Amino acid sequence: MRREIPLIITTVAGLVFAVSYFIPHWPFGEAESIFGDWISIVQAFAIWLGVLSLVKVSLEKVSRQPHERPYALVTIITLVGTIVAGLWAGIAGLGQTPMVSFRDTAAFSWIYEYLYTSLTSTMFSILAFFVASAAYRAFRARNFEATLLLIAGFFVMGGRVPLFDLALGSVTGVDTSIFSDFADWIMNYPNSAGQRAIMIGIALGIMSSSLRVILGIERSHIGGES
Amino acid sequence: MVKIGVSASLGGLVLIATLAIPTHKLRAQSPDSAQSAPDSISQSALSTSAPALPAAPSGVEAVDNPNDRGGSISVSWEKSPEDNGAALITGYLVRRSKSSTGEFIVVGEATQGAMSITDNQTTDGSDYYYSVTAFLETAGSDGKKSRLESVASAAGPARSSAQWFNSDRGICLIFALFISAAILYFIRSAKSGKAVYVRKIAGLEAVDEAVGRATEMGKKVLFVPGIQDMNDVQTIAGVAILGRVAELAAQYDTKLEAPMNKAMVMVTARETMKEAYTRAGRPDSYSDNQCYFVTEDQFGYAAAVDGIIMRDKPATIFYMGSFFAESLILSETGNAAGAIQIAGTAQPSQLPFFVAACDYTLIGEELFAASAYMSREPRQLGSLKGQDVGKAIFLALILIGVTLATVSGLSDSALWDVRQFLLVN
Repeated sequence: MRREIPLIITTVAGLVFAVSYFIPHWPFGEAESIFGDWISIVQAFAIWLGVLSLVKVSLEKVSRQPHERPYALVTIITLVGTIVAGLWAGIAGLGQTPMVSFRDTAAFSWIYEYLYTSLTSTMFSILAFFVASAAYRAFRARNFEATLLLIAGFFVMGGRVPLFDLALGSVTGVDTSIFSDFADWIMNYPNSAGQRAIMIGIALGIMSSSLRVILGIERSHIGGES
Repeated sequence: MVKIGVSASLGGLVLIATLAIPTHKLRAQSPDSAQSAPDSISQSALSTSAPALPAAPSGVEAVDNPNDRGGSISVSWEKSPEDNGAALITGYLVRRSKSSTGEFIVVGEATQGAMSITDNQTTDGSDYYYSVTAFLETAGSDGKKSRLESVASAAGPARSSAQWFNSDRGICLIFALFISAAILYFIRSAKSGKAVYVRKIAGLEAVDEAVGRATEMGKKVLFVPGIQDMNDVQTIAGVAILGRVAELAAQYDTKLEAPMNKAMVMVTARETMKEAYTRAGRPDSYSDNQCYFVTEDQFGYAAAVDGIIMRDKPATIFYMGSFFAESLILSETGNAAGAIQIAGTAQPSQLPFFVAACDYTLIGEELFAASAYMSREPRQLGSLKGQDVGKAIFLALILIGVTLATVSGLSDSALWDVRQFLLVN
């Protein structure tokens, strides 16, 4: 039964979702939102398992792995600190509208605005440097395909900014948009064709994968065959 | 028949406008209280200049919203003649009543240029009447806002109902049934023992080698299953690959670590890993600490995984699942750490990043094929064959479409010129 019950739930839920895509009438039309609510509820409870796992692993790192100790300590301190700030705000706001006081509390807002937001922005901004380093490697003309990529990238980048058109215009004395037109052509035709081919493949892959899951042929997500 | 009076004083000039409205009483309204509007516009609202009343929209139609589960009616109209972007109109107000002579209440507001809204608050089987007015919002010298409304155009009755079939998705259903039938046929065929050929997928062929490399180097294998939950099919595919990687890691006695972004994925992945270690005959080697939750935050997760990569320097890293902006942050860090990296995602926008930063990339459908490919289970391989039938159908349709579009283009221009040339000569 440990295998059968999850399989039955998967099959029933999968079929109901598939049917509700084509039949909007009750009860199928409601199924999507009902299952969506259930997913949210299960996720809300599952987060406790996640927090327990984080605390357990971090405490073990503190006690057994000296080189991981500082990072694990930061994790535990910030986790506990944020929970305390949030709970304190909730308790302080019991006589008022709780959510308003929760948002307005100085400690919790401070953590959000001056720690969380700035750290998140820092991680996101690192992306710019990684794009440059990845592009440098991708655009090396090591073989025929990489050379094609280099040429296409050269024209797309030159066409996306007015640099090439401006340079050509200043040499010939005539306003031109030939490079930006060529960049648009590359993006609209070869690029779109390639992307759509990938997306058709993905759609078929999802269909095939979903059928395997619904029919119980694919069982890896519930632990495998045995 | 109800009348509305608007009056304003402007340097001794008194403006009086009286409108005859056939269905209900219309009022100049404060935008903050559309349904409890004042009876008239304040004089200060028109103190500097007296704006003209907007021209009414026309051709109002109210029909049941098609292909839905009921409870909604679409209201459409032709734009007011003054709706030309010249700030003579601020927007449109849509009102509803249960009878043509009853009180109409505001159910929606549309901005300038809009020609329809959907009323999602109807009861199936009841008749509803709608009216649409154009309005102009004005602000007086005291900053108080008021509205001038046009004559109402009405429509109805309309009745909402739920449909038994979404006709917009008819073609989709035909394709889905046909391709599903092909997949089921090949699954059955493979089950009966018929050999199924599947082309080599370099990224999946390299999985054994990648885990073996970690074993030789005495370092760990890191598995990153993306940042979506278990309701995403990419995550399911990623967890399926994790099962195979865990089995190999157990066989080679190599440490496998899987930091998770979602608690539900963690629970599922733990179960999968535990089963994989049992299949490999080493259930004691598995520990729940190998698969742990980090955070649900996208960049917090990226920072944590980057930290693990830089501190532990894993020999092999797998990225299998749904990724967004963190894809390049993770894979470039892995590249800098010298790890062999195998990625797979069905997010087309992230594929170029993985291709640039990883040694092998499973592109789109290859991610979904991975479980079947690695398990070599006949029924799963059969489903891949059925998928190929779908690809053949789409390829044929694309070729037919391109040919027809080309012929159509030629007949419109070049062929026409050739025909004219032949006729003339």
